[in-house]
Amino acid sequence: MPLQIQLRVNGSAVTTEITPDTLLATFLREHLHLTGTHVGCDTASCGACTVLLDGLAVKSCNVLVAQVQNCDITTIEGITPADGSLHPMQAAFKACHGLQCGFCTPGMIMSAIDLVMHHDHSSDAEIRAGLTGNLCRCTGYHNIVRAVMQAAPIMRSAKS
Amino acid sequence: MSTARAPLIGQPVERKEDYRFVTGTGQYTDDIVLPRQAYAAFVRSPHAHANLLSLDTTAARGAAGVLGVYTGKDLANVGGVPCGWLIHSTDGTPMKEPKHPILAEDKVRHVGDPIALIVAESVRAAKSAAALIDVEYDALPAAVNPATAAASGTAVHDIAPDNICFTWAVGDKAAVDSAFAGAAHVTRLSLINNRLIPNAIEPRAANAQYSPANDSYTLYVTSQNPHVERLLMAAFVLGIPEHKLRVVAPDVGGGFGSKIYLYAEEAALVWASRRVGRPIKWTAERSESFLTDAHGRDHVTTAELALDADGKFLALRVDTIANMGAYLSTFAPCIPTILHATLLAGQYSTPHIHCQVRAVFTNTTPVDAYRGAGRPEATYLLERIVERAARELAIDPPELRRRNFIRKFPYATPVGLTYDTGDYEATLSRALELADVPGFPARKAQSERRGLLRGIGYSCYIEACGIAPSSIAGALGARAGLFEAGEVRVHPTGKVTVFTGSHSHGQGHETTFAQVVADKFGLALQDVQIEHGDTAKVLFGMGTYGSRSLAVGGSAIVKAADKILAKGRRIAAHLLEASDEDIEFRDGTFRVKGTDRSKTFAEIALAAYVPHHYPIEQLEPGLNENAFYDPPNFTFPAGSYVCEVELDPQTGAARIDRFTACDDFGNVVNPMIVEGQVHGGLAQGIGQALLEGCRYDEQSGQLLTGSLLDYTLPRADDLPGFLVETVKGTPCEHNPLGVKGCGEAGAIGSPPAVINALLDALAPYGVRELEMPATPFRIWRALAAARGTR
Repeated sequence: MPLQIQLRVNGSAVTTEITPDTLLATFLREHLHLTGTHVGCDTASCGACTVLLDGLAVKSCNVLVAQVQNCDITTIEGITPADGSLHPMQAAFKACHGLQCGFCTPGMIMSAIDLVMHHDHSSDAEIRAGLTGNLCRCTGYHNIVRAVMQAAPIMRSAKS
Repeated sequence: MSTARAPLIGQPVERKEDYRFVTGTGQYTDDIVLPRQAYAAFVRSPHAHANLLSLDTTAARGAAGVLGVYTGKDLANVGGVPCGWLIHSTDGTPMKEPKHPILAEDKVRHVGDPIALIVAESVRAAKSAAALIDVEYDALPAAVNPATAAASGTAVHDIAPDNICFTWAVGDKAAVDSAFAGAAHVTRLSLINNRLIPNAIEPRAANAQYSPANDSYTLYVTSQNPHVERLLMAAFVLGIPEHKLRVVAPDVGGGFGSKIYLYAEEAALVWASRRVGRPIKWTAERSESFLTDAHGRDHVTTAELALDADGKFLALRVDTIANMGAYLSTFAPCIPTILHATLLAGQYSTPHIHCQVRAVFTNTTPVDAYRGAGRPEATYLLERIVERAARELAIDPPELRRRNFIRKFPYATPVGLTYDTGDYEATLSRALELADVPGFPARKAQSERRGLLRGIGYSCYIEACGIAPSSIAGALGARAGLFEAGEVRVHPTGKVTVFTGSHSHGQGHETTFAQVVADKFGLALQDVQIEHGDTAKVLFGMGTYGSRSLAVGGSAIVKAADKILAKGRRIAAHLLEASDEDIEFRDGTFRVKGTDRSKTFAEIALAAYVPHHYPIEQLEPGLNENAFYDPPNFTFPAGSYVCEVELDPQTGAARIDRFTACDDFGNVVNPMIVEGQVHGGLAQGIGQALLEGCRYDEQSGQLLTGSLLDYTLPRADDLPGFLVETVKGTPCEHNPLGVKGCGEAGAIGSPPAVINALLDALAPYGVRELEMPATPFRIWRALAAARGTR
């Protein structure tokens, strides 16, 4: 039997009827056509599908839409300014060459945002530990770590 | 008016493609949904080797939402997946080349071999129907281990009863044997180059559409080379006229070799799209990627190095068994031969080298090029045996290498290549400096105070890139040319679109190529757009692999741009009432030499498209040029890597404390992108050395490492930060940009550096050998065994 679900996605209210086994990743990509959220595996290992659920990073392939009644979902599309500029984390990834093929990038950026917003430390080792849920096969993570270091103070000063 | 500006070549400019990637607006194959989209699922063999006794599709055909069910019988008139490289055995016979059916016919030969295609209204309906297909198998013994495949008593293919695809060799065996007879010292090494599973983070995907309106097909696919895909599929598999098949490789989420090849699923989708009358999409689940993306490496090797009393290399003898898997993938036979054995001189002036390669079929996933492709295998054995020789002779490893470096160029190796340029001393001495090798003993002592072991390891690699001169490739068995094509289209406004056959799936071509063309014409970077990946837009292409894009694809673009300037000069001469020879082009302006009479690039472009005052008798209107570039030689990037590890003898846990890479890539267009390529290569090479190892059950042929939970990809906390430097270098002398290629270096040079470092740390315990991946368990076991035997 379909479930009726209400949630907010990137600030907009969404009301939907879905089958109970619909994954959040599938819903975002196929129902809302928010294809910036990518799916790279079937074991919740790669993190390409990472989105923010009430501000915290989750792997959307591992969340049912039925679990997010009345929740706030933010995807990569939701953090991108409408004026063509970039979120500080997006800008840092670009400036530091923290991406190559771009497939893991949206999920990596969402995880990095959570890391910076909810953890008040940013040593190389801490950033690496904080990003272990996201696989990147292109960059060797070196420039991703640099990007997070670059974005962190900008984001923190904007927050305070 | 354009003015002089600093060259963009050599600048670390931010990438043009990144806005769409960091905002999630890239378009990958699975993001594409076509009108009336249908979806596919494949039924795959659960057995490594079995006869197909019966296949009942009745229930699946009747299931809800099913649009079509197809098996090998339906594709009986369709060709198999072709192999693009023909190797001849030393006895002159051609390699055994069994048919690789799109869907299995009477036999399955590896776990994951596709048996049936189901097309349905949704992925869910297709998968549900797949479960209704009743297959009766007669399971057969499987040949799994390449080392024993020839003697396994089970034949993967009837035409190769001993499972040997070919036995090939290069080099002067008699000269090698005689050098060994007179050697003061011989170092011996047996090793396995561990099998790897590529795991681009974007799984393979395809979306095929047939249009009855013009009787043509469009295929969106995760490919590194859409034109090669089109050629192979049209000419060899489906018999579709080439002009009736458009192949689009949109944004592609990493390849590393695994997306070079034509795969059965893509051909099946194109074929079925006409039968179903709907576009059909398939996206691999990660478990399907593990089972069906071509794997890499998988060599079983013995090597011997003969040295004189001064440590000069006299000869190298190598015997390798290379696993082809169950079928010959597109470039498989070329990898252990042309891209492996010919690299065995490395950076050294070893006068005599002989290498024999036996390629074997096994009941495993096909094996083909994976980042580096043959060159990592060559480098691993060479740099391991050199370091072992240094230890045996008590010579400092860098010193032993120095004694044997090639120092005069061009240099013809005894295994068929001629290196044009190089300076191996420069990269080695700089790497030793960057790595602070003199400080190593102090760091080691500090580790020991904490109860830890520390080791240092070196690797000096060479690779052959810029693949390849077509005539040489052809003589060596290639069934295709290996040139590249480019088109430079100058628009009436003077803005430029460049079309290239070099697909970009992370390498940043949209930026690097634009830097080259913008400099050529004196334009701003944003005035040059690079297009790739669509056979309907791009004239032709051989694609992206073997670190060839800038050296070959970039050279084709330069050639086309030169034609634009030659034509522009003639237009300018006419407009400025001067002779062609008197026109010079500088800083974006055509000028009559020695005068102030000039026309900008944009004015000439406009004149070409609005030819009111134009030499119409002598020149066609328009400003658009094509070029094909066939390289005269390979390029030879080289470098020196230094790895320092720290490990805990109690647990075997090892950590890379510092990794230094110093490379000579010739000229560099975008140093930021080049460094990024090295980082990525290092991650994959370190992954091979410490973490990644594909394992099959030796009896059943089941893939034991078939998910990201079982196969260890490097994560952020598995890797160190890298110290990477590109030396000023020795430009390639035979391509117009002087570039050599950088995409594979890191993956080629790093595994031996890591293992050499571990063995250095373990040497006091008497550990002499460590298999890759050197997991904590393997290190601990090696230590335990050494302690037990002491």
